[in-house]
Amino acid sequence: MSIVIKNGHVIDPASNLSAPRDVLIIGGRIARIDTDLSGSEVFDATDCIVCPGLVDIHVHFREPGFESKETIATGSQAAARGGFTSVVTMPNTEPPIDNGGMVEFINRRARETACIKIWPAAAATKDRAGAEMTEMAELKAVGAVAVTDDGNDIASSWVLRRCLEYADMCGLTYLGHCEDTSLIQNGAMNAGLNSTRLGLAGMPKAMEEIAVTRLVRLAEMTGAKVHVCHVSSAGSVEIVRWAKARGIRVTCETAPHYFTLTDDAVTTFNTNAKMNPPLREAEDVEAIKEGLRDGTIDCIATDHAPHTPAEKDVEFDYAPFGIVGLETSLGVVITELVEPGILTMEEAIRMMTWAPAQILDLPAGRLEQDGPADITIFAPKEEWAVHPEAFLSRSRNTPFTGRVLRGQVKATLCDGRFVYREA
Amino acid sequence: MATLSESEQRVWTRKDLIGLDELSRDELEMILDTAPQFLAVSERESGIKKVPVLQGRLVVNWFYEPSTRTRTSFELAAKRLSADTLTMNASASSTKKGETLHDTLYNIEAMHTDIVVIRHSAAGASRILAERHLSHIINAGDGAHEHPTQALLDAFTIRQHIRRAREDAQAGLDGLRVAIIGDIAHSRVARSNVWGLTKLGASVVLCGPRTLLPDAFTKLGVDVTTDLREAIDGADVIYLLRLQLERQHKCLFPSIREYIRLFRIDNESLKAAKPDALVMHPGPINRDIELASEVADGPRNVILEQVTNGVAVRMAVMHLLVNKPRVAA
Repeated sequence: MSIVIKNGHVIDPASNLSAPRDVLIIGGRIARIDTDLSGSEVFDATDCIVCPGLVDIHVHFREPGFESKETIATGSQAAARGGFTSVVTMPNTEPPIDNGGMVEFINRRARETACIKIWPAAAATKDRAGAEMTEMAELKAVGAVAVTDDGNDIASSWVLRRCLEYADMCGLTYLGHCEDTSLIQNGAMNAGLNSTRLGLAGMPKAMEEIAVTRLVRLAEMTGAKVHVCHVSSAGSVEIVRWAKARGIRVTCETAPHYFTLTDDAVTTFNTNAKMNPPLREAEDVEAIKEGLRDGTIDCIATDHAPHTPAEKDVEFDYAPFGIVGLETSLGVVITELVEPGILTMEEAIRMMTWAPAQILDLPAGRLEQDGPADITIFAPKEEWAVHPEAFLSRSRNTPFTGRVLRGQVKATLCDGRFVYREA
Repeated sequence: MATLSESEQRVWTRKDLIGLDELSRDELEMILDTAPQFLAVSERESGIKKVPVLQGRLVVNWFYEPSTRTRTSFELAAKRLSADTLTMNASASSTKKGETLHDTLYNIEAMHTDIVVIRHSAAGASRILAERHLSHIINAGDGAHEHPTQALLDAFTIRQHIRRAREDAQAGLDGLRVAIIGDIAHSRVARSNVWGLTKLGASVVLCGPRTLLPDAFTKLGVDVTTDLREAIDGADVIYLLRLQLERQHKCLFPSIREYIRLFRIDNESLKAAKPDALVMHPGPINRDIELASEVADGPRNVILEQVTNGVAVRMAVMHLLVNKPRVAA
């Protein structure tokens, strides 16, 4: 049984391929990428781009502990609908993924219920409490691809330093949720004119930038490899740019909302515009775009953070941080970065495939003969409006409701199987 | 017969009163122009302080934060309009564990409410309710966001004094200088007053310790200073905010003693102000902390007039929201 994807435009950033090609899949692997191929099943990709299955190295699938928000099953379906075939799940579950048994639990649930590939990140400290490091060698041995206390920063510089050194020894990258919470403990949104106007406690950009500075300095000191999660401010982009120029082993990601929205989205007390780090200001949005353009920002990740409608339907101060992103990410990237000419389609796809895969050394994000047939097919010009009620995610918390996006996923294949196909 | 021009034919259209940030000058003036008739009700020689404006209506006072002044003022306002009133004191902490804000209001509304007056510690609480529910929502203070009826009664009180002093029944706030002094950062009263006063033509200067005075206020079209003398120099109104004494333990100012040294209004510091400047305070005052007794009990303070006017202004707001009358210019 073979599948051939015909008449599409194939983009594979890893091999610098961007040309009309057919892709032949046999036995879950890519058999050939060439012109005029044939197979037993034909998928017509006319007017579509055929690219590696998208890779998102920052998602929250909430299992175990918060299954009413999302599960590995529903999260993976949402991912497939958004064109993703590989995701890195964060360990801030209940209980957290802070030992080998918990990583094995994720692996088992992924095998049993996921339609795409789940790569678990494990906690850097026990119970994500920032005090004692986890058994990273074992975590690595059972399949953790990174360590992070995401959702929390490690407040003690001593503990962070030792985690970086030990993770480096184990061959694990540390993913930094950079936030100095001693600067303000109950912030709800970006600190600035809008927070002053709304009377909401503001989270200054310095909260993030102090922590990014500390992380890259410790990376320099220890020689460890670090990755800065969800960069949101102009200052953070500048610090990472400086660190890279200095030769520090640092990479970073941003999320679609940080190059699309400002804290103006909060002025109606819309809790679906509440996330951490918070939406910033116009100058930050511009700096994020510049960071994407000049390569300071390595990749795009969604920080997909589902919460139930009831949890979000409360006073702004009481609402949890986070928004879903898997089903809108590609559309937002095309609409906000590719269409205005900030990134080429090839660059955008690289930042959602090969670039993030390389950061964590994942066997994903490229189209390679004999490699896994993880493939996304999308119509780059096709418009659609965001209707959260149609999401495959269990949650609906998006700030993009009603927005018209370009770029519609037509089909997603994982190991040669259709895991999503537009109805 | 001459037809009324549009500005003379003012009709109230809003369902709710959430904040002064969203109101036009015209709307602010409609409220201020509606209040005197209700002040007259409270001051009737007959002693019968009641009109049937909201007869048969239900007004629910829903307070998540302790309040004596504002709650009783709203309750009296409703009663003098002949409405039935119900007061619910809720605690935000218990609600967090149980029923959501929306669900609680659905339950209240099932008893056929007309007006819901809400005070809540979270900014935006009244706004999210107003968008979804049918009742008229009046914000009686939401976190550090807004306290619109306080700022309305403040503007009304200032206007009353200006009109009296100038013997001009049409005088407004245009050209007045108002100094607001104290913990600006945490104050919904300061915010609502910034919107209200500036829209009515006054200029505002905010003054307090740097730690309680967010920089962003300069972008809101007001002056900001940490120097008390500079703030009250030439001011027509000196408006003091209540200092939350526990903030000294959160490293926001070093001590009450030092606060007094820099920011207390007493006869000495008042020398920098105009001789006829009004001294105002939303209450309750911290006697001899932000306000020296000699001033609190002195001839310039209009603090109790603010309280009296508060009932009239709240009556006006309830009347406008429910009955949507035409208001003469």
